[in-house]
Amino acid sequence: MTGKTSKQAMYLRMITASVARRKSRMLIALLAVVVGATILSGLVTIYYDIPRQMGMEFRNYGANMILVPADSTQGGMTRESIDEAASHIRSDELVGVSPYHYENLTINATPMVAAGTDLEAVRATSPYWYVEGAWPSKPGEVLVGLQEAETFSLKVGDKVTITYTVTGDDGRDAIEENPVEFTVSGLLDTGGSEEKYFFISQEDMESLTGKELTYNVAELSIQANAERLQEIADDISSSVPTVSPQVVKRLTTSESTVLTKLQALVLLVTIVVLALTMICVATTMTAVVTERRKEIGLRKALGASDRSIMMEFMGEGLLQGAIGGLFGAGLGFAFAQLVSTNVFNSSITFRPILVPITVLAALLVTGLACTIPVRNATNVDPALVLKGE
Amino acid sequence: MSLLEMKNVYKTYGDLNALDDVSINIEAGEWVAIMGPSGSGKSTAMNIIGCMDKPTSGQVLLDGQDISKLSRRELTEIRRDKIGLIFQQFHLISYLTAVENVMVAQYYHSLPDEAEAMEALERVGLADRAKHLPSQLSGGEQQRVCVARALINHPEIILADEPTGNLDEKNERIVLDLFRQLHAEGTTLVVVTHDAEVGATAQRVITLEYGKVTSEDGDISFGKGSSAIK
Ligand SMILES: Nc1ncnc2c1ncn2[C@@H]1O[C@H](COP(=O)(O)OP(=O)(O)OP(=O)(O)O)[C@@H](O)[C@H]1O
Ligand SMILES: [Mg+2]
Repeated sequence: MTGKTSKQAMYLRMITASVARRKSRMLIALLAVVVGATILSGLVTIYYDIPRQMGMEFRNYGANMILVPADSTQGGMTRESIDEAASHIRSDELVGVSPYHYENLTINATPMVAAGTDLEAVRATSPYWYVEGAWPSKPGEVLVGLQEAETFSLKVGDKVTITYTVTGDDGRDAIEENPVEFTVSGLLDTGGSEEKYFFISQEDMESLTGKELTYNVAELSIQANAERLQEIADDISSSVPTVSPQVVKRLTTSESTVLTKLQALVLLVTIVVLALTMICVATTMTAVVTERRKEIGLRKALGASDRSIMMEFMGEGLLQGAIGGLFGAGLGFAFAQLVSTNVFNSSITFRPILVPITVLAALLVTGLACTIPVRNATNVDPALVLKGE
Repeated sequence: MSLLEMKNVYKTYGDLNALDDVSINIEAGEWVAIMGPSGSGKSTAMNIIGCMDKPTSGQVLLDGQDISKLSRRELTEIRRDKIGLIFQQFHLISYLTAVENVMVAQYYHSLPDEAEAMEALERVGLADRAKHLPSQLSGGEQQRVCVARALINHPEIILADEPTGNLDEKNERIVLDLFRQLHAEGTTLVVVTHDAEVGATAQRVITLEYGKVTSEDGDISFGKGSSAIK
């Protein structure tokens, strides 16, 4: 048997014995903390994931001006006119220009639409695009929108033959077909309309169609406020007659209100659940203190100060808070994952930072919940409770 | 100077004098029994001596220090440093083992020392029960743990309110034997009891009735004291 034990060691021994050996009572409080912490970490995960799930947070940094042909009956814009329009934007403002040439093509006689574009520039103008696999990096590679990938049962690495049909002047009779084999380098997941298209490089599009490309639309990402954007747009429309610039609101107001409201709801639910947890812990702790009046009286009779009584009960409460918080952090991730796969059809990433945050929140909630019951514990009169009955 | 001196102590609840002009002297090393009918104020007197309660008026000197006017906090400190308490209902902490229960007293007093706590348990004959929880101990064993807990910090005075009230004769004898040993070592003992036999083991019996001291027998260790009870 060892000699002197430190006061801290005995303190830990007492509070852990209380939590470990008085299981049933503690289990209720612990359960409340676990549930609270689970909801907290789960909902906070979802809270931060909603914008990503809705493909919006990042869209915020995407294109905010588009160029379309001034007169669409004259066909698309030339590269030159797009470049000329872009030259009206200061280089420190211009983040990227992505021209798109859309073309009706077929795969096994099934029609689809492909866009020929500058894939490098797209990465700058549409940073929110999530590519499973890789972006096309060499000729003969294609990026397939998720929706189309499903329609044509394509996955990364598959080979697919895309056919361009040269039509007669009336646009109906097929004169000649030009099939080219492509490799699927990646699948595109944006949560938006982009998932309905195939994307290939401009060079591949040129060799497929055999003609010089003109563009249906060009997306520009510009670092400027709404006022300056409008100024640029006015400047372009007056000096480049072939293109018509349009300022795009990055996030439509309705989208952003839905997002804010959804997040506010999640936050509200979290706060309500934490409040309920706190009430439950406070109630349990009050019952525990009442139940243990004799023990409190005895400790006082043995010379315990009010401070040590408070420390002991607070210690027990916080120990439960820590254990509950740890469990809750783990279960919360599982919960968020479940919600995410069922509601948003996608998985979420584990944020390690949420573990300490959840534990801290659980400690805070239990600590607050314990203050009143713990104060009551110090009011116990040893002479009264130790009296025999 | 006496170890404990009560001078004209009153404790009043409403219009009831639980203690009515009580003056008692207890010398260091003495073994005193307090007897009397139920409601006569025995526990009230014990609580005041044990610094768990304050008199309504009068003086209580412990070691020459007047404890009747101290704050709750100062009383707690004196209780911790000078007094060992034993109760009729044992009052062990249910989720701590026997040895841990003894260590709790050390914890509040100074530093927990498991080896020393084990020695105390050995002394009361419970070394082999040290790791048992109170629920796994008999009543007599629980009270012996309480004796070990009361003596662990070497208090100046051990106060026991009906220590054998819940024990059978065999266990009563074991506890009285322990008291006898403590007394032989010079510990001051004050024991409240209803039991004439327990009272007879003490050196002196103070009898209370309606809050007043009605008799204060001298050395009754020859058994004379028992006549003073009825
Ligand atoms: N907290 C209190 N409030 C009111 N009256 C009290 C209180 N404590 C004790 N009394 C009264 O004081 C008187 C003495 O009580 P005390 O507990 O000292 O008796 P006792 O001699 O220990 O009796 P017993 O042998 O039954 O334990 C009793 O009449 C009791 O009702
Ligand atoms: Mg009594």
